[in-house]
Amino acid sequence: MIKGKFIDNLPKVYGIYTGGFLVFIILMAIAEQAGMSAKLIGIFFVAFTVLIYALIGWLSRTLQVDAYYVAGRQVPTVFNGMATAADWMSGASFVAMAGGIYFKGYGYMALLVGWTGGYVLVASLLAPYLRKFGCYTVPDFIGTRYGGNLARFSAVIVLTVASFTYVTAQINATGTIASVALDIPFGIAVYVGLASILMCSMLGGMRAVTWTQVAQYIVLIIAYLLPVFWISSKLGAGFFPHFMLADEVARIAELEGQFGFVKNSAADLATVPKGLAGITKAHSSVNATPWAFISLAVCMMAGTASLPHVMMRYFTTPSVRTARRSVGWSLFFIFLLYSSAPMLATLSKLSLIDPTLPTGIIGKTIAEVQAIDWYQNWNQANLMFISDFNGNGTLELNEFFMGGKAVVLATPEIAGLPYVISGLVAAGGMAAAMSTADGLVLAISNALSHDIYYKIINPKAETAKRLIVARVLLVLIGFAGATIAALEIQGILGSVIWAFDFAMSGLFFPLVLGVWWKRANAPGAVAGMLLGLISGTAYLIWVRNGGSGFLGITQLTFGIVGAAVSLVSMIVVSLITAAPDAATQKMVDDVRVPSGKTVLAQK
Amino acid sequence: MSKQEQHWEKTRNLLFITLAIWFVFSIGIFLFGAEMQESSIRPFGYPLTYWFTCQGSLAIFVILIFWFAGRQEKIDDEFGFSEREGDK
Repeated sequence: MIKGKFIDNLPKVYGIYTGGFLVFIILMAIAEQAGMSAKLIGIFFVAFTVLIYALIGWLSRTLQVDAYYVAGRQVPTVFNGMATAADWMSGASFVAMAGGIYFKGYGYMALLVGWTGGYVLVASLLAPYLRKFGCYTVPDFIGTRYGGNLARFSAVIVLTVASFTYVTAQINATGTIASVALDIPFGIAVYVGLASILMCSMLGGMRAVTWTQVAQYIVLIIAYLLPVFWISSKLGAGFFPHFMLADEVARIAELEGQFGFVKNSAADLATVPKGLAGITKAHSSVNATPWAFISLAVCMMAGTASLPHVMMRYFTTPSVRTARRSVGWSLFFIFLLYSSAPMLATLSKLSLIDPTLPTGIIGKTIAEVQAIDWYQNWNQANLMFISDFNGNGTLELNEFFMGGKAVVLATPEIAGLPYVISGLVAAGGMAAAMSTADGLVLAISNALSHDIYYKIINPKAETAKRLIVARVLLVLIGFAGATIAALEIQGILGSVIWAFDFAMSGLFFPLVLGVWWKRANAPGAVAGMLLGLISGTAYLIWVRNGGSGFLGITQLTFGIVGAAVSLVSMIVVSLITAAPDAATQKMVDDVRVPSGKTVLAQK
Repeated sequence: MSKQEQHWEKTRNLLFITLAIWFVFSIGIFLFGAEMQESSIRPFGYPLTYWFTCQGSLAIFVILIFWFAGRQEKIDDEFGFSEREGDK
């Protein structure tokens, strides 16, 4: 595949790919009618898509540093937007987000606002300037802008802490999906997931990850939107759910008023399997204080602007102008999925709780519900549970429990869609988790190989050696992530939110002030990164161990403490130490102007 | 004031406007979440605060970034600081 030709033919290549995928879905649907087993359909969906990604990864192999680190800086705007969207939307967004909205309502929607609003900060404060800088990695910017190995090293520490927290959750998610779809034990499935992730990134670095991420975006967006539109039509809620579910939202509120939220006793709740929850909060009413909502949104926004695996996607565009526009496209492609998640949560909840719908289970007798096929399936998978607490023989709202993942995974089956849709959803979840894991593993190993090995340890290393080191580190980090994921210490969503807080604590202000405040210097940046990360982490540990916290800052929003400490220490230390030299000031001036060579190319 | 300083001043002003709009729709309106929910303005029939969290704020961010990019390109053009072929 010739490079120039490939770039020119992108719309055609991915057009054929999308068409091929749709044909594959139709073939599977026909096979299902012909009697193919559900198990086999699941295996086909996951195996087929993963093999395609691996093939793209192999075709994109490269021996050039520029291609390995920044995909040769020639990824067109819209395609970079798709790749970023896949990079960004993790297993958590795909599998867990609709569930979070389903259970927590308004308080949880702060994540939706935060994870999209953050892109405004990326576009206006950082991405175009870092693109003009011409760096390979985020620590590369910190190290060159502030000067000195200590600043570079501190940035690598923050990057590694944040990204590693994130990546274990993603490898965990690939393992979960692979184990269900391929019917193998989780401990093995984690390594199957890892092997697929490495296939996509090892040979071609950023170039391979870019082109697989575009392919993964196409799979995951089809897998998310098709069921939402289908279920909506099937329920008679409207063919375009986003604009037509107002009656359904109102109906849920009406039913909630009718059923009431009965509080279960602790003894009753102890019988519910771990990880399952009941509906205890109103679907659409404002159930969180302004501060609880805003503090969570702020953390997610600042975290978005500091997470290196997102930022480095904008290093791959051909110019500053395209970097800026590419952020807009990224958010557009993310918006397509995020605006659908609340609709899926609404449809899922209504179809379960409305007694007038054939799928509704509330108000039915316990024996009736226990006899339903899909209830038995998902009960066995440990994602659904009912219990007759009050002993009246009828299922009440407070007696029905479900896992967060079930909203995405089980709703198609509950609504009576063919199994082919469930197979498609599994492939979509796999694509979402793999694409994010790829980006993260690459961000960590690139920082270690470029910033630690090449820039600090062995600046004379030749290209071939640098790329070998990069690949060895990639495999090692992947294995470390998979090993920790196999231990299953933390939940997926909690650790994702922590990753944002870590990134925000250590990197947000050093990055932003690096562009917007000329007076910021190396000692200030080092203080900002290290004190920010340390104070944020200390606060997290304190609250986790029963500390009361202050100002309503919880373990999900500890980034506010970290970032505040980071900002203050960075400004104070910068001001009491010497101003940056003229060369550094000139560098900042150059970053602020789009035209001319990149800052690193001038050196 | 040099050409570069003028360019930066305009760029900074654009940043402030962009961040002000961003602030309103990511933070400002949610100070009044409970009050807005009761409002009689109901986009597509959804309660107002609910709609902003599902679609409104999200869509405004998408539009805001494209608007910002367009304005910044104009500023760069005005001062002749836009990239040209071969700048890479």
